[in-house]
Amino acid sequence: MTTHTTHIVHIPKVSTLVLVWLALMCATGLTTAVSYVELGWFNIVIALLIAVTKASLVVWIFMGVRHTTNLTKLFVVAGLVWLGILILITFSDYSTRSWVYQAQPWSHGPGNGAATK
Amino acid sequence: MATLVQRSPEVEAEEVNYLNVEHGWKSWLLTTDHKRIAVLYLISITLMFFVGGLMAVLFRINLLEPEGLFSAETYNRLFSMHGIVMVFFFLVPSIPATLANFLIPIMVGAKDLAFPRVNLLSWYIYIAGAALTLYAVARGGVDTGWTFYAPYSSTYSNSYVLAAAFGVFTAGFSSILTGLNFIVTVHKMRAPGMTWSRLPLFVWSNYATGLIQVLGTPVLAITLLLLAFERIAHVGIFDPNIGGDPILFQHLFWFYSHPAVYIMILPGMGVISEIVSCFSRKRVFGYNFVAFSSMAIAVLSFVVWGHHMFLTGESMYTGLAFSILSFMVAVPSAIKVFNWTATMYKGSVSFDTPMLYAFGFIGLFTIGGLTGLHLATLGTDIATHGTYFVVAHFHYVMVGGMVMAFMGGLHFWWPKITGRMYPEAWSKFAALIVFIGFNLTFFPQFILGYLGMPRRYHAYPPEFQALNVLSTAGASILGIGYVIPMVYFIWSLRAGPKAGPNPWGAAGLEWQIQSPPTTFNFDETPVVTEEAYNYGPLEEIVG
Amino acid sequence: MADTLVPAGEDAAVKEKHLRHHFATAEQQMDAATLGMWTFLITEVLFFGGMFASYAVYRNIYLDAFASTSQYMNVVLGGTNTAVLICSSLTMALAVRAAQLSNRKHLTLFLILTMIFGTVFLVIKGFEYHSKWVEGLVPGIHWSGYLEHPEFAHHAQILFSLYFYMTGMHALHMVVGLGLLSYLLIQARRNIFKATYFAPVEMIGLYWHFVDIVWIFLFPLLYLIGHRR
Repeated sequence: MTTHTTHIVHIPKVSTLVLVWLALMCATGLTTAVSYVELGWFNIVIALLIAVTKASLVVWIFMGVRHTTNLTKLFVVAGLVWLGILILITFSDYSTRSWVYQAQPWSHGPGNGAATK
Repeated sequence: MATLVQRSPEVEAEEVNYLNVEHGWKSWLLTTDHKRIAVLYLISITLMFFVGGLMAVLFRINLLEPEGLFSAETYNRLFSMHGIVMVFFFLVPSIPATLANFLIPIMVGAKDLAFPRVNLLSWYIYIAGAALTLYAVARGGVDTGWTFYAPYSSTYSNSYVLAAAFGVFTAGFSSILTGLNFIVTVHKMRAPGMTWSRLPLFVWSNYATGLIQVLGTPVLAITLLLLAFERIAHVGIFDPNIGGDPILFQHLFWFYSHPAVYIMILPGMGVISEIVSCFSRKRVFGYNFVAFSSMAIAVLSFVVWGHHMFLTGESMYTGLAFSILSFMVAVPSAIKVFNWTATMYKGSVSFDTPMLYAFGFIGLFTIGGLTGLHLATLGTDIATHGTYFVVAHFHYVMVGGMVMAFMGGLHFWWPKITGRMYPEAWSKFAALIVFIGFNLTFFPQFILGYLGMPRRYHAYPPEFQALNVLSTAGASILGIGYVIPMVYFIWSLRAGPKAGPNPWGAAGLEWQIQSPPTTFNFDETPVVTEEAYNYGPLEEIVG
Repeated sequence: MADTLVPAGEDAAVKEKHLRHHFATAEQQMDAATLGMWTFLITEVLFFGGMFASYAVYRNIYLDAFASTSQYMNVVLGGTNTAVLICSSLTMALAVRAAQLSNRKHLTLFLILTMIFGTVFLVIKGFEYHSKWVEGLVPGIHWSGYLEHPEFAHHAQILFSLYFYMTGMHALHMVVGLGLLSYLLIQARRNIFKATYFAPVEMIGLYWHFVDIVWIFLFPLLYLIGHRR
């Protein structure tokens, strides 16, 4: 059956929107400030965490996903998952290129000098 | 029978349908009727099919002689343009933009797709892309292969890379919009009572195809753009001189292009489900399994792309993962083949032309699919990557599979689309010619590949000549097999016997409306109360 | 009250006027439009995603070069632009709200404000691009050498290429957004949008927010790599 679940129009409060705006501005300041602190590899983790939080606020409140159908929420998640697939698997190629194959005693390939007849 | 001196208007009046409701250029070029747009697409992709086919004829002629009859340059351009035109301008849009465009609204019980104007826009975008690509062809084509690998395409090639890349880039948006339209239509436009589990499997297949189009094609778009920028700026992120990695291009390219091959086969599988059940007079065996297998293919297709890169430099461990996943993606396809076979078992099978194409599909797709496993295996791929084994494999699935399904679907729904029947004897003959020609063309290529003949080479060692000549001969026969339907289909438009609403006695909403349908498909919104494929004996259904 | 129930019967004429023939109800049309717009936004996620994937790969293998080169990005301008876009998202959300309340004056006001913020963003971007050109930091087209750390010169070109591709594509999307907002403004002036028909405002709002989200990621990834000195 086609579902018509958006008969109710959810109108956000101005105060909600302004609060989100404030949070986003603060988060921007925070991410900038943290970037001046030397934290090694942790810098990118914090930067991404803050960015993801900001994006989530925009998606959830500004874009109204909190009031939308489960189907729409599924689509949003799916888009992110697919982006994840692209990045993670491509990444895995580069991360594993330097791995060296260790020949084991039980493998009789030409690489480890075992006699082949 | 009395002959009327004066013909009364009622006798001569043809029923109003989407074809005759309006006449003139504007009524076609500004239409928003999904059925007319489907016809526009049908004409366009047929033209592109023959352009791509012409390339094939030419390079198969080249391969008659071991030294090659043309230069390497020319040969490279021919096979590249053949691939680009066939993949992006024929196979990808083929069933979705024509048959599915026509049928999906009717099959779900709607008056049109969710976004009719977007549908028309997608056709115009397709035409723009085709024009750009034909311009590239006219100026001498591209010699990078349809895969546009960097850094050859970005830096060293002297051919019309930008034109071809932008042509494909443009066509990609046509594909995205079609997929988007299907997804929203299937979710939001189903008639009362049309639950997901009552949808024809053709709808499930094209829905899954739409998902792939929407998720994969944008990555192709950005990849081609990056390639274009690199070519324009003379430096970029794929340039090894500054630390760029050509393999990154391949990752991005194949992230789309592998799922693309499922865009190119899933709709065909949907057609086969429809045809097999109708001509076995039995509901599809294991409906749920077939429906979910379409979804499984759509999802799994996105995690196997690295099997195109086993030998080009990706990490061996990533290769291992991709190999295992590629074996897994074969399973849902196999499930479909088993289910179609089980559908026929103890069914009442008839051998009309669509069913002949379906038989061809099942056999040839299976061969193509199995040889794909051979390529997905790391060890054997070392021997067969970049050889004619690969060429044979994908032509078995694409031509032996998809094109056969397209032909079958075209024959099956021709009476619905045009209100006319094609000549049965000629159609069976053409199907036979296609089958023979196809196998003669491509089976020798399995052997050639196995013996080591590389692909994309204009010349080859003399001992391979016999098989190549056989292949070229087969190609000529195959070409004839495709021309014959062109002729009789066009003939049937004027002189073919008129078809009623349901010449096959098939189940499905599309067979309950007139042939051809009216502009808005249904006089009143249908209410669905039955499962799909509710087949009984033929006599019970009005033909 | 956070949410307001809009009675289905109100302004039926407005609703009917905008109901396309192939939809059974206005709700179905709105549902379809929303799903369609989100599907389109997913394609945009994957579109930008290709560039983000490239960035991720190269940042991983050339981290030192990227961190060093990032010092050349103007954090003040980038940060300001981030703030500008966040403000524009607020005004866009307020514009949608105004349309939902049939408030033509506020709708017009917030649309104009959003467009102003968007234009400011592009002007600042223009300044940035100009300064990069003047400093000879445009790979391929105008690369007059990389000064401070010549050992990173090659990989710096990769970062700068990605910088121009990603921010350039983003800017292009902003321009399209401004065009869409202009269309909305014209329609709003004509009093088209009401509580019973505001779909285009909401849909274009979704697009605008998405473009903001892309920048939310671009800012730290391009301007704040590693530790800034």
